[in-house]
Amino acid sequence: MSSQENPEENLPAQHGTAHGAVSVADEKHPFADPGLPPHEHRVQDIDERAAKRSERTVALLFTVSMLATVGFIASYVTIDIDQSAYIWPIGHISALNFALGCTLGLALFCIGAGAVHWARTLMSDEELVDERHPIEAPPEVKTKVMADFAQGAKESALGRRKLIRTTMFGALALFPLSGVVLLRDLGPLPGTVLRHTGWRKGKLLVNMNTNEPLRASDVTVGSLTFAKPEGLEEHDHDFQTQIAKDALMIIRIQPDDIKDKRELEWSHEGIVAYSKICTHVGCPISLYEQQTHHALCPCHQSTFDLADGARVIFGPAGHALPQLRIGVNDEGYLEALGDFEEPVGPAFWERG
Amino acid sequence: MSTNENNESRSRGKAPAGERIADWADGRLGIYSLAKANMRKIFPDHWSFMLGEVCLYTFIIIILTGVYLTLFFHPSMNEVEYHGSYVPLQGQLMSEAFNSTMHISFDVRGGLLIRQIHHWAALIFIAGMIVHMMRVFFTGAFRKPREVNWLFGFLLLVLGMFTGFTGYSLPDDLLSGTGVRFMEGAVLSVPVVGTYLSFFLFGGEFPGGDFVARFYSVHILLLPGIMLGLVVAHLILVFYHKHTQYAGPGKTNNNVVGMPLLPVYMAKAGGFFFLVFGVVAVVAAVAQINPIWAFGPYRPDQVSTGAQPDWYMGFSEGLIRIMPGWEINFWGHTLVLGVFIPLVVFPLVLVAIAVYPFIEAWVTGDRREHHILDRPRNAPTRTGFGVAWLTLYMVLLIGGGNDIIATHFHLSINAVTWFVRIAVFAGPVLAFIITKRVCLGLQRRDKDKVLHGRETGIIKRLPHGEFIEVHEPLSQEQLHTLTAHEQYKPLEIGPEVDENGVRRKIKGSEKLRAKLSKAYFNDQSQIPKPTVEEYKEITSGHGHH
Repeated sequence: MSSQENPEENLPAQHGTAHGAVSVADEKHPFADPGLPPHEHRVQDIDERAAKRSERTVALLFTVSMLATVGFIASYVTIDIDQSAYIWPIGHISALNFALGCTLGLALFCIGAGAVHWARTLMSDEELVDERHPIEAPPEVKTKVMADFAQGAKESALGRRKLIRTTMFGALALFPLSGVVLLRDLGPLPGTVLRHTGWRKGKLLVNMNTNEPLRASDVTVGSLTFAKPEGLEEHDHDFQTQIAKDALMIIRIQPDDIKDKRELEWSHEGIVAYSKICTHVGCPISLYEQQTHHALCPCHQSTFDLADGARVIFGPAGHALPQLRIGVNDEGYLEALGDFEEPVGPAFWERG
Repeated sequence: MSTNENNESRSRGKAPAGERIADWADGRLGIYSLAKANMRKIFPDHWSFMLGEVCLYTFIIIILTGVYLTLFFHPSMNEVEYHGSYVPLQGQLMSEAFNSTMHISFDVRGGLLIRQIHHWAALIFIAGMIVHMMRVFFTGAFRKPREVNWLFGFLLLVLGMFTGFTGYSLPDDLLSGTGVRFMEGAVLSVPVVGTYLSFFLFGGEFPGGDFVARFYSVHILLLPGIMLGLVVAHLILVFYHKHTQYAGPGKTNNNVVGMPLLPVYMAKAGGFFFLVFGVVAVVAAVAQINPIWAFGPYRPDQVSTGAQPDWYMGFSEGLIRIMPGWEINFWGHTLVLGVFIPLVVFPLVLVAIAVYPFIEAWVTGDRREHHILDRPRNAPTRTGFGVAWLTLYMVLLIGGGNDIIATHFHLSINAVTWFVRIAVFAGPVLAFIITKRVCLGLQRRDKDKVLHGRETGIIKRLPHGEFIEVHEPLSQEQLHTLTAHEQYKPLEIGPEVDENGVRRKIKGSEKLRAKLSKAYFNDQSQIPKPTVEEYKEITSGHGHH
């Protein structure tokens, strides 16, 4: 360690020691520290009328603060909470919020401005000097501390009684484990739940907006529809958790435009169902460009080509959107032909 | 009780009530000794010393307004139907957290104001910490004995960011929920344990019904509690070390020149608290922030465009947006590098500033105390590193807002992303080189000023027709201030063979240190200060112009 230290004489002379703290500039020392410049009086120091003016300014600021607080209370009492006011150049805003904020701000600001003005104009502005003392303890203090410590350590016999030491460290190291164990019930183990969604064979695709099952004829070429599995309702207690995996994007592409063979097979006459949950970090993808069949995640701009197996064509997503295999039941409604074959949403260690 | 008081006042004669209270407290708390050391403590004056105060005061404002908000906020994810006074959302299903935030915003008088003060103060708090750290960094105030206080400040910044994140996630609105989902995706990317961490964090699958309550206790108790402790420790150390000061006449490394705490700083700093609070209150009155009613309650299958985190998380957002989507699949496992690398780089970017003081101390090998601040130009390499870091930060911030940049400036999102991908590497290097050159230029100008005086703008014609500009010699104060800085010499390893001709073993770390020292302090990295000889030669040789 000491080899890494720079010996004092190699270091540049430190400020304040180089020229001596205060020395008169002379031929030999043109850059010497001339010392603190003489104190210059402010107008308030020599003219009592100016000082009185400052006093009145400070008092005025404190008075304005008091009035503003009165204004705050008056606004609270008189202005309705749903009243709006036109404030140029902001526009129509909540009158109560504006009035309360401005009066509170004024009341506080004036206290501050008064105090600062008082300090700047009326309190002494003569600079004073404090000496610094080294942070490090002098050697004799250090010696005493080291000796005390050695004495204490010796009296504890910790070094000599190895059995006590070892078992104590063992006990101290083990007891925090209880705290860690207690965290176990923060949540269930993942198991394979991330691999499954609410989709099953025969579940109808329900339009998210109308809450009606989708017919193949409802989906026109170029459209984008969001769907959920039948039976999943907003009032369900686990709706949020379910929809975080089940949400679908339904689009219809001319079958000739579909480049990916499996995509075409899993579609119904060009109607394709993809997971709406981005494979990057799980945002719902919601921007669809019907001419190019590109879907863009608005969070991190991962772009997927929905005509080509939803492969990633730009952005940080690591793999294509999972596709749901769909068909049409006897009544002409779109239905799932099974669950997703791979996990939806962001990738994780066990995904594989 | 009254007889006791009478006895005491009689025995003390006519001591004023204030003094008697102080005596009482001194007998129990020892306040006189404390006051002796601190009441007239000297603080130097400079506008940049005010930045830390902004942080302290916004922190206090956040605590005050935060306590108020807890009186009305319900940290619960139970679904309820909205029946408040904001018409567009009536009948909507939402969590109690969102519902109560709506209640605070629309049905509690002044609730919206306190909410907005709380959020604005949080933004200013973190911005203040970064600017304050820039001041400390660029002036070298982190040097011995203040390295530990630098770490305290750094921890406050990091904890402040996470307190902010957990805070703006609490209303469970569409925007913040998107941010929480992003966090969940990032946690999932952690190799081996990611899925488990996510399930423990959310009590099962995302979003579940637990995270608001969990974030709540972290946001209002755990993190602010640690931060309060750190703030107190930070301030104690500021008092203990005494404040740094800039070089100038009468100011040395062994003194501190300024105004006393009582009364000047009591009034100025105390007053400044009210100034900061007042400004934040007016901002909250006129500038809307986090309008959750416009976003609506969180639904995992809904999102809006232009989703952005609060600004201080923007650089992590940038990291995640520009990263290519690398994924490695092997033996039934997935290594999600596209998300995991940003997750690892994110703390590394921050840790870089935490460790810098120790690196510089190692390179200079200087173990002395430093209380005189450097001007940034006089430490070009350090200043270069600082600006390079800021450039990286800004580039990533741009990356985090690449969609906003693209839509506002009508640029291609792909082009913006590619620009950021390249600039993340090229920007800091360029910034380092340019900054260093600017610093050297400024050092040259200082040297010029010392040797030749100040340019007055007065043109004089000499008898033989030559025009010259009159230079006015600097005052003694200026001469001293401009030459006060220290200049290190590059470290030498010393000869490889000792006096007996035996090869000495030189450690790799020693070589590295010498190399770094050379990079920091060679002639390309600093302009030698004007010497007394140079000054004398010029001032006597040509005389004064």
